Amino acid sequence: MFWAAMIGILVALALALVRAIAGPTVYDRILAVNSFGTLTVLALSVIGFLMGRPDFLDIALVYALINFIGTIAVLKFLRYGDFARATQADDNDLV
Amino acid sequence: MTVEEIINIVLLTMLALTAVGIARLRNLFAVTMLSGIYSLLSASIFVVLDAVDVAFTEAAVGAGITTVLLLGTLMLTDREARDGSRANRAGAMIVVVALGGALFYATLDPMMPRFGDPRTPAQTHVAPQYLKDTVPQGSSKEPVKVGIPNVVTTVLASYRGYDTLGETVVIFTAGIAVLLLLGQRRRRRRDTPGQNPSGNKDADRAAGAED
Repeated sequence: MFWAAMIGILVALALALVRAIAGPTVYDRILAVNSFGTLTVLALSVIGFLMGRPDFLDIALVYALINFIGTIAVLKFLRYGDFARATQADDNDLV
Repeated sequence: MTVEEIINIVLLTMLALTAVGIARLRNLFAVTMLSGIYSLLSASIFVVLDAVDVAFTEAAVGAGITTVLLLGTLMLTDREARDGSRANRAGAMIVVVALGGALFYATLDPMMPRFGDPRTPAQTHVAPQYLKDTVPQGSSKEPVKVGIPNVVTTVLASYRGYDTLGETVVIFTAGIAVLLLLGQRRRRRRDTPGQNPSGNKDADRAAGAED
């Protein structure tokens, strides 16, 4: 059972990697990295069960959080071209 | 082949492909994304090798912070890498191939310990002492020297306590220095005349509170 899951996850990881390298658009790559992170979380969980040490699940949780933060940062970069740009409200305050 | 070996081979193959992709691509945004994938993959390999704490650090620093820092750098530079001269690239190739060949040659030495060998100096020198002092030995009445259930935490927080304290001081100092430098720039921009007309006390107070 876990073997079948592991093989499926590894194939999906390879496909996401192909998409990240081939592109062609920026959004393909962001999506590829995001799904790669999610698949890593799944892979770590399954590896934990395959080796009989399910306590690895904690690390998988941390990975999920990091993946989320990374994606937010990338999207903010694309939308604003800056991480700390003042919003409209800040501008009104200063003038 | 064991479970770990098969998973390791697949992960390492993907790691090599990612590295080649990073070296070949000229679009720096794609390279940043691929470097995130690279550290996620190497963190997975660390987990398979049972180095869970290293994997934690690799995921947090490599996939999290480094991606953000590289994106911040991208804002200040071009999005496309320029090719180096032919001679430069040939030189780099020679260095990389020579170094890789030397590393492969080193693994062929019969005197080198095998992967996971329990009789290596690293496993027989101080590690048994750490394990004995940390993990409670079943129902034995012998008191445990360090009352921390995790060996890595014992080494970091107890045996190398002063070392860890020094590292923390260094990182804390660096953080304060960075904050001071950033704050300096921000305040100067605010103080330029014309931007902040006098009489607007609210804005001044807001700026002060933010600093």
